[in-house]
Amino acid sequence: RDSQQRDTERLSRWKKWRRTSSKSLKKALNEVKGLLSYLVLWKHDIHSIEGKFGTGIQSYFSFLRFLVLLNFIIFILMFSFVTLPTIISNYGTFNSTIAYISPKNTDDICTIYEPSGNKGLVYFYTYLKDLLSGTGFLEVTYLFYGYYSIDAVWIRIMRYNLPLAYLLATFAYLALSFLWIIKRSVEGFKHNLVHDADPFQSYCNKVFAGWDFCITDPYAARLKHRSLQYELQMDLQEEKLKQKIAERSMHEKLRIYFLRIFTNIIVIAVLSGCFYSIFRVTVFSQENSNDTDNANSLVNLLVQYLPSIVITLANFIGPLIFSFLIGLEDYTPAFEIKLTLMRCVFLRLANIGILLFSLWSQISNCGSDKCKPCGYNYKLYPCWESDVGREMYKLMIFDFIVILAVALFVDFPRKLLVNHCSWKLVQWFGHKEFEISDNVLEIIYGQTICWIGTFFSPLLPAIATIKYFIIFYVKKIVLIHTRKPAARPIRASSSNFFFLVVLLIGLLLAFIPLGVSIARIPSSKACGPFSNFNTSWEVIPDTVLQFPTGLQQMLFGMASEAFAVPFFVI
Amino acid sequence: AYKRFSELLPKEERENACSARVPKSQILMLPELRANPFQHRICHVFSTSETRDDSMSFEDFLDMLSVFSDSATSDIKSHYAFRIFDFDDDGTLDRKDLEQLVNCLTGQGEESRLSSAEMEQLIQNILEESDIDKDGTINLSEFQHVVSRSPDFARCGGLQR
Repeated sequence: RDSQQRDTERLSRWKKWRRTSSKSLKKALNEVKGLLSYLVLWKHDIHSIEGKFGTGIQSYFSFLRFLVLLNFIIFILMFSFVTLPTIISNYGTFNSTIAYISPKNTDDICTIYEPSGNKGLVYFYTYLKDLLSGTGFLEVTYLFYGYYSIDAVWIRIMRYNLPLAYLLATFAYLALSFLWIIKRSVEGFKHNLVHDADPFQSYCNKVFAGWDFCITDPYAARLKHRSLQYELQMDLQEEKLKQKIAERSMHEKLRIYFLRIFTNIIVIAVLSGCFYSIFRVTVFSQENSNDTDNANSLVNLLVQYLPSIVITLANFIGPLIFSFLIGLEDYTPAFEIKLTLMRCVFLRLANIGILLFSLWSQISNCGSDKCKPCGYNYKLYPCWESDVGREMYKLMIFDFIVILAVALFVDFPRKLLVNHCSWKLVQWFGHKEFEISDNVLEIIYGQTICWIGTFFSPLLPAIATIKYFIIFYVKKIVLIHTRKPAARPIRASSSNFFFLVVLLIGLLLAFIPLGVSIARIPSSKACGPFSNFNTSWEVIPDTVLQFPTGLQQMLFGMASEAFAVPFFVI
Repeated sequence: AYKRFSELLPKEERENACSARVPKSQILMLPELRANPFQHRICHVFSTSETRDDSMSFEDFLDMLSVFSDSATSDIKSHYAFRIFDFDDDGTLDRKDLEQLVNCLTGQGEESRLSSAEMEQLIQNILEESDIDKDGTINLSEFQHVVSRSPDFARCGGLQR
């Protein structure tokens, strides 16, 4: 301050004015930033978690916050471009009229679709059952694809092409998610690149930058000490292990390779077992849930939820088997973690893929000549997009219920047991650690379902937003009250990047089913905005053909290979 | 920041907070420093007291906050971090400094220290990674070089308000 004051005496009046104005501008900007930070969702909560549990767990919660925002934006997108025009036209505001789709040159048999909205007096619990399984009264709401049977909306003199908007909104939300994830992962990638390019620096990084200065709680500080000690010891042990591996004899190497091939075969067997069971269960559930004899019973609800239950079981048992097997394979600890994680990611995402694949095999199942008139199994699935949407909806609801149930019925009783019961067995069981990777895979699984399902059920992102919002508070309460931080902390910089990479894999995986549904499978003729087209994709060539010829030529030129490939490469 | 500083002073000296010095015991009661294993070194480094009793004036307090804030450049942070880690104040980090540093990190009790074989191995690795001129000690520029490539230093080197 003294030196600054001395300087100002020497400057001319103009420079003095500039300096004071820049100072006050900086102050004003800081105030604005301070105010804006109040708007950031959950800023205070995440800060306190960081202080108590360290940056690894904090990165999980900021990842959750990112997903809430992403889902909210996707919901706003779909709502404003698809649902809002439909609502406006249904109520006739803004002088809008609807042009309903008139079926042209298709067999009438394809257009029979009677959604069984509840008619007449029904018991109250049918509403609950419908809420859980997406049938009944939910089928005839904006929730599912089947309701949007509008060709165009006329607002005053403007024609709003709803099918085109539906398709473009789908592409838009996929592209938005893709770009946003890439943007967030670029920073993490830079760090990882620098970090990996210098693997010789891991010890310095741990020692000089190891202490997390944000910790304010003495209990957390003790845990941080312990975790640092553990981490340093693990690294030193791993170095010794690497030396030992390098000195292995030929005989031992052969034995270990043989063992690894064996365990990989077991892993593949486990995965195929899961896939086959999901396939059979989905087929069974689809065949039996259309049985209207006991349509209102609990058994029927259970049959409908069978695929979700089986997937959740597979997601739970699979990682247990994998972590048992990895112990036999004798890798270095860091590689063990990575390999188990990759296997779990593959299991979870492939489960969704198999479910969709089995749904499609059912939809396009042309045993006899069932497919001839419409191109899909119109008897069982007059409106197949709504059915797929319903499956995704059920998966999402069940996922949510499972997370809440595990929090309520597993974590809290466990804490009570360990705290009040002093049996040796119970104490050995101990407090559960907050497994960051398991939790992250859970929410990525949920997000992939949301991405796939939004095309078939435009209001699904709203459900996802509410779900993640509630999960944030549930997990926070569980964390604060029951768990101790993991003894093996994952470092914040690398874990952020890892979460985003897996999320990106989920998104790319979501592209595949959506691409196949939009471009290959004929759209239902009985419901939805695309009933006049062969496939949903056809809207775009149709619209392009309506543009003036000059524009058409340009678009065709852009789409031709010579141009598109270098464009995408850049 | 002025408010927090004046809270640390006893009541009668609050009027002159600008020129008063706060004794070390009071500074250590700040929540951010309470759990920090380097608390004594931090007080020592930032204190400009002539009597070497590690008390801090308001200027020292501001210095400390500004170095630990998010807007400090990594140069400043690494400079001060070097001074904090230099336990014997000789301008370089030698083996004894590193040993004390690691002991601070792993905890104060007997069972939380690394064994001497592990300590040897660890210090050997650290010196291999950072000692460029191979003189067995780390000087300021080597330290800044190592820290600039460490992705976690920027994140964890900050105190919240």
